[in-house]
Amino acid sequence: MIIHQLSVFLENKAGRLTEVLDALGKENIRIKALSIADTSEFGILRMLVSDPEKARQTLKERSFTVNITEVISIMTPNEASYYAKALKILSDLEISIEYTYAFSVGEKSIVVMRCSNNELAIKALKDHEMELIRASDLYRI
Amino acid sequence: MNIWNAHFECMELSELRRIQTTRLQETMERVYFNVPYYRNKMQEAGLGPESLQHPEDLQKFPFTTKQDLRDNYPFSLFAVPISEIVRIHASSGTTGKPTVVGYTRRDIVTWSEVMARTLTSAGANRNDFIHVAYGYGLFTGGLGLHYGGEKIGASVIPVSGGNTKRQLQLMQDFGSTVLACTPTYALFLAEAIEENHIDRNTLKLHTGVFGAEPWTENMRREIEEKLRIRAIDIYGLSEIIGPGVASECIMQNGLHINEDHFYPEIIDPDTLEVLPEGKAGELVFTTITKEGLPLIRYRTRDLTRLTYGKCPCGRTLVRMEKCLGRSDDMLIIRGVNLFPSQIESILLEMSEIKPHYQLIADRINNLDTLELQVEVDEEFFQDKISQLQTLRQKIQNNLESTMGISIQVHLVEPKTLARSEGKSQRVIDKRKY
Repeated sequence: MIIHQLSVFLENKAGRLTEVLDALGKENIRIKALSIADTSEFGILRMLVSDPEKARQTLKERSFTVNITEVISIMTPNEASYYAKALKILSDLEISIEYTYAFSVGEKSIVVMRCSNNELAIKALKDHEMELIRASDLYRI
Repeated sequence: MNIWNAHFECMELSELRRIQTTRLQETMERVYFNVPYYRNKMQEAGLGPESLQHPEDLQKFPFTTKQDLRDNYPFSLFAVPISEIVRIHASSGTTGKPTVVGYTRRDIVTWSEVMARTLTSAGANRNDFIHVAYGYGLFTGGLGLHYGGEKIGASVIPVSGGNTKRQLQLMQDFGSTVLACTPTYALFLAEAIEENHIDRNTLKLHTGVFGAEPWTENMRREIEEKLRIRAIDIYGLSEIIGPGVASECIMQNGLHINEDHFYPEIIDPDTLEVLPEGKAGELVFTTITKEGLPLIRYRTRDLTRLTYGKCPCGRTLVRMEKCLGRSDDMLIIRGVNLFPSQIESILLEMSEIKPHYQLIADRINNLDTLELQVEVDEEFFQDKISQLQTLRQKIQNNLESTMGISIQVHLVEPKTLARSEGKSQRVIDKRKY
C-alpha cells in the first residue's frame, strides 16, 4: 500500500523543471502525478512515476538532488466530503499529514498523502473501508 | 600643518634608526625572557636577543603568523603577567577561536599616542567633534579612535556602528566635524543623507578618517564629492595595536607608518625574502614598544610598497602605499575579516550538509554583502520544505554567531560544472575596488 514517490530539490531557476521532464521522457518513464511545493528560493518537485528507482538514477546522473519518499494514496468518489472524511479519520488518531495533493480521473479522485505514520494511516483508513491503492494500480488508471 | 609629535614624526633618519635599534633589542629581550614560544623558536634557530645588533639583523628571525596566535590562544603569547593587562580585544576567528590581543596600561598610552598622531595628521584638533561610527567592543576600531580623539582634546561622540537614522540626527544636532568609520559605511551615510533630503549645508563635516577595509582612489573621490569632506585613509590591525599603525597626512600620498613603534619590512610572500626598497610585497611588522603582546615579524598578508624620504607635510616617517591587495584569501566584509576556511569549518561541523559551497561577495547600495550558496545533500534531503528552511536558518545562525556578521544563505542544487573541473572556485568577489 506504500507508494514510492520521487522528490527532487529544485532551485527557482528557469528551465529546471523542463530538464527533469526531458530526462524522464528520454528514459520512457511515465509521470502519473506531479506537484510542486515552493518557497521564494527553492522548490520540491514530487512525482509518482512508473519506475521510481530508474527515475532516481536518471536524475542523479544529471546531478539533481533526489530522494524516494513513501506516501499513501486512496481513491474516493469525486466529492469533497470523502476527502474530508479520510482526513478526519487520520486527525482523530493524531496522525498528521505533512502534505497532500489530489487529482481526479473521471468520476474518481486519487488523493496522495504523506503522513507522520504511514503504516498506522493505512490501517485506520482500511478499518474505515476507504479504498487504498497500490502503486501497480496507479498506472492502470 | 599640525603635527602631534614632531620630535618623533619628523626625526632625522639616523636618529630614528638608532632608536629603532635600541627598541628592537629591548623587544627581543622581552620576548626571549617572557614568552616561551619565542624563546623556543629563537633557540631552535640558534638565536638570542644579542643576535640583533642592527635592524637588518631582524631578517634572521622567524616570522609570526595569525596561526601562531591561534595556536597560543588565548594568552600564551602575552609577555607580561595577566595582572599587568588592562584591556583585551579580539577579532573573529575560526570556529569560535578569535585572535586575542592584550594591552598593558603603557600600551594603551602608546595606542592613544599613535591615534592622536593619526587624527592630527588628518587635520583634526581640539575644536573638532569626532563622530566615531566604528563599532565599539572587541573590535579595536571604535575604542582606538575614541582614545586618540580624547588625547587631542576633541569632543568624541561614541555613536558606534549601525542605526543610520540616529547617526544622521546626531551629526546634525551635535555638529560632527570629523567622521570615523569604514569607507563603505561613509558612502552608505552619504546616500542616506541624500535620501533623507538633509541639506548638506546644515552639516559641519570637513574630514573623514576611514579604514579597516580596502578602498580605492575612485571610492575616495566618490566619498569626497558626496560628503564634501577630505577623506583620509588610516591603517591598522589589532595584532599590531589596532588603528594607528599608519595614516595619511593631508597630502593624501601614502600612509605614514609610526615606525618608532612598529618596524616595517616588505617581503616576497613566496620566498619570504626581504625585498629592496620600493618593491611591492607583503607588509611585515615587528612591534618595538609593545609590552602586552609584542610580535616579531608579524605577517600582515597586506600587499603594499614603502617610500622613504621626507614628505611635503614635514614628516620623515616612511610611507606605505594604499594596500594593493592580500597575499591570502581573506575577505573583508563591512570591516570584518574572514577566511573561506572559517566558513568551511563551520559547515563541516554540521552533519546535515557537505562543505560544497560558494561565497559571493558583492557591494549593493554601497554596503558589502556576503552570500553563501550551499548544496543540498542527498542524504539529508527528505522532501519537506520546513526541514530545508530550518536547515537554512541553522546555517545562517551558526555563521552569524561565530563570524559576527550576517551572511545570506541560499540552498542550491549540486553544481555539475564545478565538480568536473576539479577544484571549484570557492569565492567570487564582485566588488569593484
